[in-house]
Amino acid sequence: MLNSKIPPGDLNDKWYDYKGHVKLVNPANKRNLEVIVVGTGLAGASAAAALGELGYKIKSFCFQDSPRRAHSIAAQGGINAAKNYQNDGDSVFRLFYDTVKGGDYRSREANVHRLAEVSANIIDQCVAQGVPFAREYGGLLSNRSFGGTQVQRTFYAAGQTGQQLLIGAYQALERQVSLGNVKMYTRHEMLDLVIVDGKARGIVTRNLINGQLERHFGHAVLLCSGGYGNVFYLSTNAMGSNVTAIWKAHKRGAYFGNPCFTQIHPTCIPVTGDHQSKLTLMSESLRNDGRIWVPKTKDDTRKPNEIPAEDRDYYLERRYPAFGNLVPRDVASRAAKERCDAGFGVGSSKQAVYLDYASAIERYGEIECNKHGIASPSEEEIRIQGMAVVKEKYGNLFDMYEKITGENPYNVPMRIYPAVHYTMGGLWVDYELMTTVPGLYALGEANFSDHGANRLGASALMQGLADGYFVIPYTIGSYLADEIRTKPIPTSHPAFEEAEQRVSDRINQLKNINGSRTVESFHKRLGKIMWDKCGMARNEQGLTEAMEEIRQLKKEFWTDLRVPGGIMEMNPELDKANRVADFIELGELMCLDALMRRESCGGHFRDEMQTEDGEAKRDDDHFSYVAAWQFKSDGYWELHKEDLVFEVVHPTQRSYK
Amino acid sequence: MEHYKMNLTLQVWRQRNQSDSGGFEVYKVTDVSSEMSFLEMFDVLNERLIGEGKDPIAFDHDCREGICGMCSMNINGKPHGPWPGTTTCQLHMRAFKDGDTIVVEPWRAKAFPVIKDLIVDRTAFDRIIQAGGFISVNTGNAVDANAIPIEKDKADSSFAAAACIGCGACVAACKNSSALLFVSAKISHLALLPQGNPERKLRVSSMIAQMDKEGFGACTATGACEAVCPKDISISNIARLNAKYIRVGLTADN
Repeated sequence: MLNSKIPPGDLNDKWYDYKGHVKLVNPANKRNLEVIVVGTGLAGASAAAALGELGYKIKSFCFQDSPRRAHSIAAQGGINAAKNYQNDGDSVFRLFYDTVKGGDYRSREANVHRLAEVSANIIDQCVAQGVPFAREYGGLLSNRSFGGTQVQRTFYAAGQTGQQLLIGAYQALERQVSLGNVKMYTRHEMLDLVIVDGKARGIVTRNLINGQLERHFGHAVLLCSGGYGNVFYLSTNAMGSNVTAIWKAHKRGAYFGNPCFTQIHPTCIPVTGDHQSKLTLMSESLRNDGRIWVPKTKDDTRKPNEIPAEDRDYYLERRYPAFGNLVPRDVASRAAKERCDAGFGVGSSKQAVYLDYASAIERYGEIECNKHGIASPSEEEIRIQGMAVVKEKYGNLFDMYEKITGENPYNVPMRIYPAVHYTMGGLWVDYELMTTVPGLYALGEANFSDHGANRLGASALMQGLADGYFVIPYTIGSYLADEIRTKPIPTSHPAFEEAEQRVSDRINQLKNINGSRTVESFHKRLGKIMWDKCGMARNEQGLTEAMEEIRQLKKEFWTDLRVPGGIMEMNPELDKANRVADFIELGELMCLDALMRRESCGGHFRDEMQTEDGEAKRDDDHFSYVAAWQFKSDGYWELHKEDLVFEVVHPTQRSYK
Repeated sequence: MEHYKMNLTLQVWRQRNQSDSGGFEVYKVTDVSSEMSFLEMFDVLNERLIGEGKDPIAFDHDCREGICGMCSMNINGKPHGPWPGTTTCQLHMRAFKDGDTIVVEPWRAKAFPVIKDLIVDRTAFDRIIQAGGFISVNTGNAVDANAIPIEKDKADSSFAAAACIGCGACVAACKNSSALLFVSAKISHLALLPQGNPERKLRVSSMIAQMDKEGFGACTATGACEAVCPKDISISNIARLNAKYIRVGLTADN
């Protein structure tokens, strides 16, 4: 039976009361308690730093060459907080409500409310660390809007907000390293979880420089290893982002929550060919000022600038007048797919829509000319003034677009198409962020908790830092207070030996297949199956086929894979093989979950379940629950349900019209 | 934008491990699309090498969006290659033409030993940050974010310095392998903000001491670092650092 451990009482008081009553660990005992933190993104770095500050002994792991490389760094647009600095009606309740609604009523109220409560503390903390957020001329912080909201609550640092927040957390982490509270292990990958007497007690890692397997003990283990969007091969994730840490935990007993909930981001640079290795996001912040359109007639061969306004279909503004270009991501993505599937797509592949800045440049230009007292300015003058404003707001994104495509987006509209970006699913956790394995926690994108079936923009950074800075430092005490008598378990313990043996056996097995095909070729095939059949739209037939195809792919992988190089050396192909083997298993579970969920909600769209005008049709009577999957044996899972209880928000058909 | 295909000759540094002496290998690559990224060209080559039963070329990369700072190739003698303000991963093949020969090496610096092929060890940068590249504020200590207004110009300059991605191209470009652009970017980022002010003196002396200890060379102001920096970090940061460093030596309270 799943126990979400949601504290009793009024929603507004739950977290406050919880903090007032949770068990504490005294400073002398903290020094004797060891905590393993896997991953150094916003969740991992902030958790390791905050727990180090409290005096726990921390071991922090990342597979990159430095903790500062973790993929949180690539987040562009911003971070939400219920500061209401704009006096535009924002509040903790609004942020909570927008997030629950944006997630299409598939998240847990208590968790989301806590997230909204601590959001303001995050901004304070980051500013204190020296995060250079954008400011107004008066010296105060600037805000902008993101999708799915009608207030301006997003804090940002140009288009590099993730980078600046991560550097803040990284510096806090390195400070703890210098103080001796954190021991850092870079180029180390977690390859198994060690469980002793039913509790998580350590991990087995591989040193990616020399191939050495290592055993590490911890009184508790925190997985902050990010999402699994790379199961689709092409995604906006970093090349190294992977599911392995949480998948190993899943196979050792941690339930997997809502694995099929995937976010497909509407504004990414389209695929150019078979060589494509990853997709690049164009920040959602661009939808603040950019307008999205396709030609009204099919196969319109005119250049975009030659198509007059009356021949353009601004389909988001047409379908969703209340939110316009700022509808949530899932809605915007499906609308783009709908236009392209109907034959209105643009570019050589016809799998793209325009994101146009011409009217924003004109609008800003006129404002600037007005401001500078330029009377009856020429069109050229307006353009120059407007471009300067757009450059300050989005310059780095425009530069990136030009580098990748060779086209100048100040002059021609960008071509964009949806791409896999984020996974709302992840390890099931309770209110304390603990998984179903005692002593094992999951933070940030690695857990399933706060975003339901669709994440709103600028919420991932918020959740990662909330979990790491302000949630886990309290909730971990509840567990560790009862562990103060547990002496460090020597890594010669049979449980460590067995775990290391399992890892070693699997590496040998991968290496000894000696087949003919590369890891990359299998990963590409898996990605295609997932994108075609478990992507933006899913149906029973496709999902059933996909599961069969994945099983077949798995057989071929384990009989025909070729991994070059040796085991006891740096071997990126071997690292990749380990990860892709896990992605294949995960792919099957995602399809199983998507097949089971016979409703459309958020990013999960079942063709069979839509309203007359093609919107997602939820089925609260049958599916208002979190699907938590228990691993039984290879290819077999048991479904557990955590019913979602809505005490404050009343689920309704989501409408952005 | 016209797309085209090209045939190229690559001379790539291969080195099995840190103790191996290493050397160049020549590879012919054909039918390379101008739409590919530079690293995608390496992906295609590596797939071919594995098929031929050879060891693929090891190189560092992760985000492929020019922000994580992991990619690090010295291309035709220039860190990150021919495009200004661009990381290796964002370099695209339309920078080259049919028949070109491209020489690819790892970063070369005593403080960045080669681990394998094009991969180097940059942990020295982390240790410099550990020496003082932070503001000592524990979680939960912060005042309201708008309690301290910061002049927009200063906040913008701080941000411009904080945009450093820690890739190490500055070191690789410098004939002395100096890390001063990297260190000065961090000093500027924090010194320009009121929050970073209390620790400014200790920070600059500790970080420079650590930099020297790691074996980075001295700065002779050639400006090579600024020229190759993918994030356009300005050399004026070095001037700011020098001013602060001198002031530390001249003030009594230190």
